[in-house]
Amino acid sequence: MEQAKHVAHDHYDAEASKIGMWLFIFTELLLFGVLFVIYSVYRYINHDAFLLAAGELDTTVGAVNTVILLISSMTIAMSTTSLQKRNKLLTLLLTGVTLVLGVVFLVNKYFEWGSKFEHGIWPGSEYLIENLSQGEILFFGLYFIMTGLHALHIIIGLVLIVVVMWKVYTGKVYAERAALLDNSGLYWHLVDIIWIFLFPLFYLIH
Amino acid sequence: MENEKHHIVPYRLYLFVLVALLALTFLSIAITEIDLGSLTVAGALVLASIKAYLVLKYFMHLKYDKPYIVSMVVFVFAIFIVTVIVTFLDYLYR
Repeated sequence: MEQAKHVAHDHYDAEASKIGMWLFIFTELLLFGVLFVIYSVYRYINHDAFLLAAGELDTTVGAVNTVILLISSMTIAMSTTSLQKRNKLLTLLLTGVTLVLGVVFLVNKYFEWGSKFEHGIWPGSEYLIENLSQGEILFFGLYFIMTGLHALHIIIGLVLIVVVMWKVYTGKVYAERAALLDNSGLYWHLVDIIWIFLFPLFYLIH
Repeated sequence: MENEKHHIVPYRLYLFVLVALLALTFLSIAITEIDLGSLTVAGALVLASIKAYLVLKYFMHLKYDKPYIVSMVVFVFAIFIVTVIVTFLDYLYR
């Protein structure tokens, strides 16, 4: 009886955790997937308006944010290696770099959205409705919804990374119990993959 | 079981993948600067798909996971592609 209790308390199954995380990632992929389908159909119908509206977006800012996210993905991937190698300090350093890069991404996004707001462009704004065509309004609607939902995922990812860093620091996440770090890494890479598709679809239209 | 779970990926490999991802990013920016018509979108999406493949395979460890996880991922992407095809069949031929 006592042994059974002990087993229940100590239950840890890295593979089950991984499957659970992947199932969650599938729902996320389909959530964004449907938005990509909506985007494709509207772009197909409003080809010229999308071209025109996309000219408003700054490719350089988009490219910088792409580079930032790709590097942050590498650092969190590396942190899973350093945890396996029992290098706690390096694990904290690498997850910390990921955290900082994620914040920098959000700061860029803040200024990017801010400059749109200054031009009177936000969902349902007067300027948008009075001066722009239906297709351009759809483009900016999708832009704000999709990059906004993506930014929300970045924020959730950052919270997860802070929790992981704390647990690595306090010794609750270590080489034999790496699931939390591994799964947070999977989540962060998912956010990266979504951005990999958002970038060419919104910023690289010419 | 323990051994395959704790496959330690060398730092070097992650760095190589990052370099490849950055190269593909700059390539996709470069090709959209050139006007290739409808090929521009296709080109950018193909490059994005290659990038996503690299992230899934190396960063997300699918290369080292058991085949059933890989087949689940392939299945979900297949569902998505079917959704896109069916939607466009509807819009193109109505």
